[in-house]
Amino acid sequence: MSRGDRRRARGWRALVFSGLFTLLVIVLSFGMGRYAIAPGEVLRIVWQIVTFRFDPQTAGEAARVLYYIRLPRILLAALTGVALAGAGTLFQGMFRNPLVSPDVLGVSSGAALGAAIGILLPGGGGSIQVWAFCCGVAAVALTYGIARASRGQSVVMLVLAGMVVSAFFGAALSFLKYVADPYEQLPAIVFWLMGGFYRASWPAVGSLMLTVVPAAVLLLLTSWKLNILSLGDEQALSLGLNVQVLRPLLIAAATLMVAGSVSVAGTISWVGLVVPHIARMLAGADHDRSMPVAMLFGAGFMLLMDDLARSLTTAEIPVGILTSAIGAPFFGYLLISGRREAWR
Amino acid sequence: MAITVEAVRFGYRGAEVIRGASFTVPQGAITCLLGRNGSGKTTLIRLVNGILRPQAGVIQVDGHDVARSPRAEVARRIAFVPQEHQGVFPYGVEELVVMGRNPHLSLVSRPGQRDYAVARAAMEAVGVAHLAGRDYMAISGGERQLVLIARALTQETPYLLMDEPTSHLDFANQHAILAMVRRIARERGVGVLVAMHDPNLALAFADRVIMLQEGRVYREGPAAEVMTPAHLQALYQMPIDVVQLPDGRRMIVTDER
Repeated sequence: MSRGDRRRARGWRALVFSGLFTLLVIVLSFGMGRYAIAPGEVLRIVWQIVTFRFDPQTAGEAARVLYYIRLPRILLAALTGVALAGAGTLFQGMFRNPLVSPDVLGVSSGAALGAAIGILLPGGGGSIQVWAFCCGVAAVALTYGIARASRGQSVVMLVLAGMVVSAFFGAALSFLKYVADPYEQLPAIVFWLMGGFYRASWPAVGSLMLTVVPAAVLLLLTSWKLNILSLGDEQALSLGLNVQVLRPLLIAAATLMVAGSVSVAGTISWVGLVVPHIARMLAGADHDRSMPVAMLFGAGFMLLMDDLARSLTTAEIPVGILTSAIGAPFFGYLLISGRREAWR
Repeated sequence: MAITVEAVRFGYRGAEVIRGASFTVPQGAITCLLGRNGSGKTTLIRLVNGILRPQAGVIQVDGHDVARSPRAEVARRIAFVPQEHQGVFPYGVEELVVMGRNPHLSLVSRPGQRDYAVARAAMEAVGVAHLAGRDYMAISGGERQLVLIARALTQETPYLLMDEPTSHLDFANQHAILAMVRRIARERGVGVLVAMHDPNLALAFADRVIMLQEGRVYREGPAAEVMTPAHLQALYQMPIDVVQLPDGRRMIVTDER
């Protein structure tokens, strides 16, 4: 067995490991919550749902809790994990920088401003998500437009333009917080920004799948090309990669899925930064292997964080607080323990 | 069959760098681009590679206009070996070499058995097969340059561009790399265009020399004819001698002692 083969075997091991991890967390998540359901009962109901024999009309209370509350929440958290970890892996590879996160192009600050606008405007809760999604996408479009207009070194310019747009949208958000009604609207904005999956419902899962599934498929199909993109423009072009087409396509896909998840779950930091690192440590540098591992592991990681968020205390902790509180020290541990083999 | 550059002009934001350059790069030989810093060597390499588009003039590879060809098509005709690769992700040597198959693969496919076979053959040809599983960023500079050459061979192109491929290497590695490039040119009939700083290396390894001065071709031809003291003095604007050793080898020396 050559050493190249050994690298491939490592990729498969990482995929199996992260798959089992996520599966385990999913099974655990069904049983977790304020409404206690015995593990055997959980398995029986899940089997009913999976085999399409679940009927809400005749189902018992436990089954309804699983079907209407826990299952959509599990799917929402997992999809969000896929989106954040996938976009993080994409952007770290594309921008050749292991420190960038999915918000590097301004999608989170755009979505945050959009949510604040939605909360301040007289209207229903549905409009908040639409506002967040549209403003997130608009922020990235603005970033891309500024970078194009500058005609500079496009990768560096994209990151700089992202900072500019994030700062501007951040200022606008601060202004909205300032003028918001401090008893009703301001807490709503602050709470929204902390992120959480308490808004989980089947319609929310459906709308998130609409963006996450096609974008994730595109990222998985092109993950080998990300290796070439990560060599820098000159070499990527020399290797026959159509950078001018592929880069905007991948940015658009990542933006749609991150904007989709942020508009449902609020801003959740650190997942998109830390999970790609874990994936590279498990699977190696080759993005063809680290991308699927990141998405799988990201789903399980996000779900585990949400399980903790809703079970650590009697009242739910916003999951964004937990991902930062756990993600940041964990990243620090990775730095100290010298496990930097996956980047330089 | 050759790369032909005809009356090419190019400038960055008004400042013209290439001012009507014309030359040809034949197959099966090493053509060396000589010139001072800022004479336009790197710009010319990037033009031939299709990374930049000429503002006037035409560059053709075996009769195909580079500026009008799709990227993958250009990369099936021309491979590029960079000066030094500053990587971020520590790919394995084999993983990096097989990336040379990209122009032969569609957008959603990855390298298969045949592509890995081509990559392994290229690694064996340049003598880095034993490094296959190593981390590309943990090997030495000379080995890394050989790996980049193996990647270029994996592209299976009739032409090879190199931008100062030896400028970061020690004396022994400079010669080892260029000897390898000469073997590739001879054995595979590959046409090599290499930008170089050291005229002695050009004298030792080049079949043809193109002297570039302020974006124009000052002299072009067989190395032995072009590399004269008068031409070198005009090119580098300093006193230069070409001395002949008793065994017939020639060497370029300055008047410092």
